[in-house]
Amino acid sequence: MKKSNKTNSLLRAKKKGKDVIRLNEVFKIYKMGETEVKAVAGISLEIKEGEFVAIMGPSGSGKSTSMNLIGSLDTPTKGEIYLDHHNISHLEESDLAQIRGKKIGFIFQQFNLIPNLTAKENVMLPMMFQNVSTEAREKEAERLLTMIELGDRMDHYPNQLSGGQQQRVAIARALANDPEVVLADEPTGNLDTKSGGKVIEFLEALHKKGKTIIMVTHDPELAKLHAEKIYWLVDGLINKVTKKKNNKWVEIKN
Amino acid sequence: MVNYFLFGFRNLRRRGIRSWLTLIGIFIGIAAVISLITLGSGLKAAIGAQFGISETQVITVQAGGLNSYGPPGSLVTNPLTRQDSEAIGKLSFVEYAIPRVIESIKMEFNDKLEIYNAVSVDEDEQSMNNIYEALDLKAEQGRLLKPGDTNRVVIGYDYSIKEKSGFDKAIKAGDKILIQDKKFEVIGILEKQGSLLMDKVVIMMNGELEDLAGYGDNVDIIAVKIKDRDSMDRAKEEIEKLLRKRRGVKVGEEDFEVQTPDAILASVNTILGGVQVFIVIIASISIIVGAIGIINTMTTSVLERKKEIGIMKAIGARNSNIFYQFLIESGMMGLAGGLIGVVFGMFIGFAGLIGINSFLGSELSLNMNYYLITSTLIGSFMVGAIAGIAPAMQAAKQNPVDALRGN
Repeated sequence: MKKSNKTNSLLRAKKKGKDVIRLNEVFKIYKMGETEVKAVAGISLEIKEGEFVAIMGPSGSGKSTSMNLIGSLDTPTKGEIYLDHHNISHLEESDLAQIRGKKIGFIFQQFNLIPNLTAKENVMLPMMFQNVSTEAREKEAERLLTMIELGDRMDHYPNQLSGGQQQRVAIARALANDPEVVLADEPTGNLDTKSGGKVIEFLEALHKKGKTIIMVTHDPELAKLHAEKIYWLVDGLINKVTKKKNNKWVEIKN
Repeated sequence: MVNYFLFGFRNLRRRGIRSWLTLIGIFIGIAAVISLITLGSGLKAAIGAQFGISETQVITVQAGGLNSYGPPGSLVTNPLTRQDSEAIGKLSFVEYAIPRVIESIKMEFNDKLEIYNAVSVDEDEQSMNNIYEALDLKAEQGRLLKPGDTNRVVIGYDYSIKEKSGFDKAIKAGDKILIQDKKFEVIGILEKQGSLLMDKVVIMMNGELEDLAGYGDNVDIIAVKIKDRDSMDRAKEEIEKLLRKRRGVKVGEEDFEVQTPDAILASVNTILGGVQVFIVIIASISIIVGAIGIINTMTTSVLERKKEIGIMKAIGARNSNIFYQFLIESGMMGLAGGLIGVVFGMFIGFAGLIGINSFLGSELSLNMNYYLITSTLIGSFMVGAIAGIAPAMQAAKQNPVDALRGN
């Protein structure tokens, strides 16, 4: 049964482009004294290049832990995670940092800009960790900030920017190293409808340009409106997977 | 690399007063070291000048010794005599011996009365020249005493300065002064000697001073010029042997002291060395306290900035990036403390030198020791960096997930 699933997914991967991220029977178990808590209890999924995927679930469903695993912020207790066909399940933290810095761009609910760096410096920071030259960093940061329509705010500090503007700087920062995947964790959760809408617009635009977008959210409307495929998580397991076909959501097999 | 310093500077700028207070230890320590080194060498030169060690081939003989209290020769029951001096002068290693008398005298000028010290010179030309040579005396105004001068004195440099003369008026060569109610003509004023005693001295003919003070054949100090620099120690032994015999005391019970310039310098160095050890201990303690303060603030800072560490890791910072960021920030804190310490230490050193100069009449100038400053600053950076090692390691090993959550 499992075997045929795997073969199927491999076939599909060949048909619809390569998979960027693949989770194979991934567990994340926390020990709380005597009892074990399975935050993620055996998740398998593949995300293909250019997809806009949403991971949906109520709080406590394991979606944050899943995001951490997909974003290679965390390593699984059991199972394998492949990023760009490289098994990253057992890598050291520093190697993981190097890989995620290059291949994954993070957008957080709390924006998470470094407070004592300007917008431009925040965008330059990920490139610094990849040893990009200062001139190239500045040029790219300016290009990205202009793209997200904050060209006139480059030298502002985060506390001089509105929430929506900060989140757009975060988008620019996520794109700094031209990653294969943009991982957005409740990107509109701390924003009003209008500025949230603008942030989503930029994510949509990125998707149209071919970037793989993974959005973690608890808001089914937001997920349905923008994603092509939704993984519904309950109790650390994938409950169902739905996909948009001819503007209708249908359940598919994972 | 530059970026670490740049970000470090940004991060330090927004630190609260609490962080800066922890630097007080470093600051005090560095200030103590800098002021000590600035003052130490100057102090040595100034103290050397006080002992009149301009001539290195002169041995000083005193009854009682340098270690007795009060001015040289006071409180001595069995004083040295002119005959002792003559006997020393005949020793084989000795070129000449000069008996010297230092007496307190009443001096009157400009209707004011003051008590100062007078020293005597012998009347014959040879011993006069010997004294001038041994003490390196030269006249700034007028001339030195010559054989045959009567009722004439030569006075120290400070009397020619209105503020320092003690008489609210500068004394010039040719002025008349009263000594023990007797009138004398100031025939010359000495060049500045940089010594409390010699810049306020009154030099008189021995016969005239003896008339006023009545000390007979007693002398306070015998200055002995040695023929050869290399035979100092043997000359010293020879003088000691002679004086033991003349005064009838055994080895180890000497009621006199024979001091070579080296020995005087050595005792000055011992005193200064003690002071230096004390200050170095205080400085070390403050620097250690400062370093512990830095460890404390950096540890707090790691906890406060956990989320920032998480963000940095999420966007690709390796453990080493985080480690160096905190290490360099910690070093910069040390450097900041060192910088304030150097400025303050130089200030203390400068103020101290001014104080020494005005108190002892010496002419020391502050020389900026750039090598010292640079090495001190590098040292304080190192202290900060070393203090930051443990907190930086703690920062580097944060798990990104926990750090991002901020706990």
